[in-house]
Amino acid sequence: MSKKSYREAINEAIAQEMRRDENVLVWGEDNVGGTGGDGEQDAWGGVLGVTKGLYPEFGGERVMDTPISESAFIGAAAGAAATGLRPVVELMFVDFMGVCFDQIFNQAAKFRYMFGGKAVTPMVVRTMYGAGFRAASQHSQALYSVFTHIPGLKVVIPSSPYEAKGLMTQAIRDDDPVIFFENKVMYDEVEEVPDDPYTIPFGEARFTREGDDLTIVAIGRMVQFANDAADQLEKEGISCTVLDPRTTSPMDTESIIESVEETGRLVVVDESHPRCSMASDVSSIVAQNAFKALKGPIQMVTSPHTPVPFAPELEDQYLPDANKIVASAKLAMAS
Amino acid sequence: MQLSREELLESYRVMRTIRDFEERVHEEFSSGGIPGFVHLYSGEEASAAGICQHLSDKDAIASTHRGHGHCIAKGCDVREMMLEIYGRGEGLCGGKGGSMHIADLSKGMMGANGIVGGGPPLICGAALTAKYKKTGGVAIAFVGDGGSNQGTTFESYNLAKVWDLPVIFVVEDNGYAEATSSKWSVGGTQTDRATGFGMPSVAVDGHDFFAVHDAAGEVIERARNGGGPSLMHVKLNRFFGHFEGDAMTYRAEGEVARLREEKDSLKIFRAHVTKEDLLSNDEMDKVDQDVAKLIDDSVKESEKAAPPHFDKLETDVYVTY
Repeated sequence: MSKKSYREAINEAIAQEMRRDENVLVWGEDNVGGTGGDGEQDAWGGVLGVTKGLYPEFGGERVMDTPISESAFIGAAAGAAATGLRPVVELMFVDFMGVCFDQIFNQAAKFRYMFGGKAVTPMVVRTMYGAGFRAASQHSQALYSVFTHIPGLKVVIPSSPYEAKGLMTQAIRDDDPVIFFENKVMYDEVEEVPDDPYTIPFGEARFTREGDDLTIVAIGRMVQFANDAADQLEKEGISCTVLDPRTTSPMDTESIIESVEETGRLVVVDESHPRCSMASDVSSIVAQNAFKALKGPIQMVTSPHTPVPFAPELEDQYLPDANKIVASAKLAMAS
Repeated sequence: MQLSREELLESYRVMRTIRDFEERVHEEFSSGGIPGFVHLYSGEEASAAGICQHLSDKDAIASTHRGHGHCIAKGCDVREMMLEIYGRGEGLCGGKGGSMHIADLSKGMMGANGIVGGGPPLICGAALTAKYKKTGGVAIAFVGDGGSNQGTTFESYNLAKVWDLPVIFVVEDNGYAEATSSKWSVGGTQTDRATGFGMPSVAVDGHDFFAVHDAAGEVIERARNGGGPSLMHVKLNRFFGHFEGDAMTYRAEGEVARLREEKDSLKIFRAHVTKEDLLSNDEMDKVDQDVAKLIDDSVKESEKAAPPHFDKLETDVYVTY
C-alpha cells in the first residue's frame, strides 16, 4: 500500500498487466512522445503523462506512437484484438470520438453479435473526459452516456485512484471492448492504493456513504462532490447513502433500486448534459422499478444543455458541485 | 508465377462457386426468398480468387458490403454462407450477421462490412498482430472505388506505412460507387495515391485471373518479407447493380450484356487454360457440375432450414456481462 495519484494508479495497472501478459500493447497519440524526432524518447508518455515510463520498460514493439488518425489506430485496436492481442489504446479526449466512432460502435462493439458469438475483442480505449480544466467546448465533455447506449461496449468511470487501478486491471483482463473514462481534473488526486495487482468487478456498485433518508447516485468525479454534500447534509440531520455505480455498462441497477426502496428518495449527479444522460437513465430505471417506494420526485443534478464554456467563471457555474447537490437533496426531502 | 494443375483447378472452382452462388442468390432474392440487402460480386471473381490463392488461414482479409466472393475465396463454408444469407440458425454467424456481416475468423476472414471504408483500419490491426507475433501472415483490406475515397482508407494507408505493416490494400474498382461513376468521384489515380503515401502499387486488369494472380504474388511476397504495405488497383466490372433491386438506369444501355460477353472472367480463364493446354474442358465441366449441385443443395437446405431460436436474440453481445 502506498499513496498514489489517479495518474500513477492507472499507469501502474497497465504496467503490471504488460508484465503479466505479453499480448498487452499500448498505442495512441504521443503515448511515447518523441518518436521520430531528435530529442528525448518517452518525452511525454501521453499528453498528460499517464503512459510515461512504459516505453523505456517495454520498448517500441509494445508501446507505440501513432499519427493523428484516430479512425485508423482505434480500428487497428479492434482488428488486433480480434486476432489475438489485448490493446490498450488512447482516444486522447473523448470529444474526439467524432472522428473515429464508427470503428468503436459499428465495428468493435458489434463483432461478437454479428459474427454469431465467435469473435472476442479484448480492447481498452482509454479516454479523458470532464470539465474544469479550462479546456472549452471540444476538450471537456462527459460523453459516457453515448457509449453506454451501445450494446457490446462496457463503460467504466473510476471515481478515485484506488478505483482506477482495480478497474483498469479488470478492463485489460476483460474479453470485451471497454471504454475507460479518466477524469482529467483528477489525475493528481492521491489516496492509498495497493502495490500488488487487484481487480474490481464490473457491474458492482460501491457505497461511499450509508444513510436512511436519501440515495445519491453519482458518477465519476461527482462521487466526491456527493460525499461532500452528504457530509454537509448529515450535519443538518439528513442521512444520505452515496452510491457510485463504477461502470455504467454493465450497471448495478439492483443496488440502486434496493437503496431507493430503503430511502424513498433519489438524487442523481451526472457531469453530462441532462437529456438522454446517465442521470435520466438512472431516474427512469428507478421510476420503473421503485415507483411505489418514492416519497417525492427524483432530482437530477447535471450540467446544463449547453456546450462547455471557456471563461472560468462560467465553467465553474456549469459543473455540478456540492452546494447544488445539497440544494437538490433538500428539494427531494421537502416533497 | 506457375500454378500446378490442382491449384489451377481449385482456382477455377473458386471462381465458378462465386459466380454460381451470386447468380443463384440473384434469382432467389428476386423471387422473395432472401431478406434484406444483398450486393453481388458477379463479374469480379478473378480478383478474390487471384489474390486469395496466395493466402492461408494465418493471413487475414477484411471485406466490403460486396463480400460473398471474398468469403468463398478465403475458404468460408459455402453451405453455411447460404444459410446465413437466408437468416437461418445454422448459418455461419447463426443468422445474426446476414449478407453484409459474414465472417469466419478461424479462416482469417474478418468480415464483410456494412460500412464503406470500415475494413482498412481493422486490417492494420490484424497486420500488427501478425508482425508482433511473427506469424509470417499478411493482411489484406479490400475496398471498392467508393471506399477508396473514405478518410478511414487514407488514414490506414498512412498508418500501415509508418508502422511498416504487412498490409495490401486492394481497390476493386468496378466503375460505380453505388450509382456514381468512379470516373467522376475519384480524384487522381489509385496508384498515384499510393505513391503519395510512399507505397508501391500496381494496376491490373481484374477480369484476368492470371494478371491478378501475378500482381498479387509480388505485393504479398513483399509484405511477407517485411517490405511493408502495397496497393493494388484492380479494374473490373460488376454484372449486377449496387444492390439487388437496383434497376441500373445509370448504366449505358447494353453495357452489362456487352460485359458478360467480353469481360467474363470465367470465359477468359477457360480460354486461356485450354489454349495453353493447362486444363481440359472436361475437367472444368466436372467442376461446373459439382458446384451447381453444391449451390442447389445449399439453397434447398436453406429454404427449409429453421430460423434462429428466439432465445438467441439477446445472446452473443458480450463474452461476460
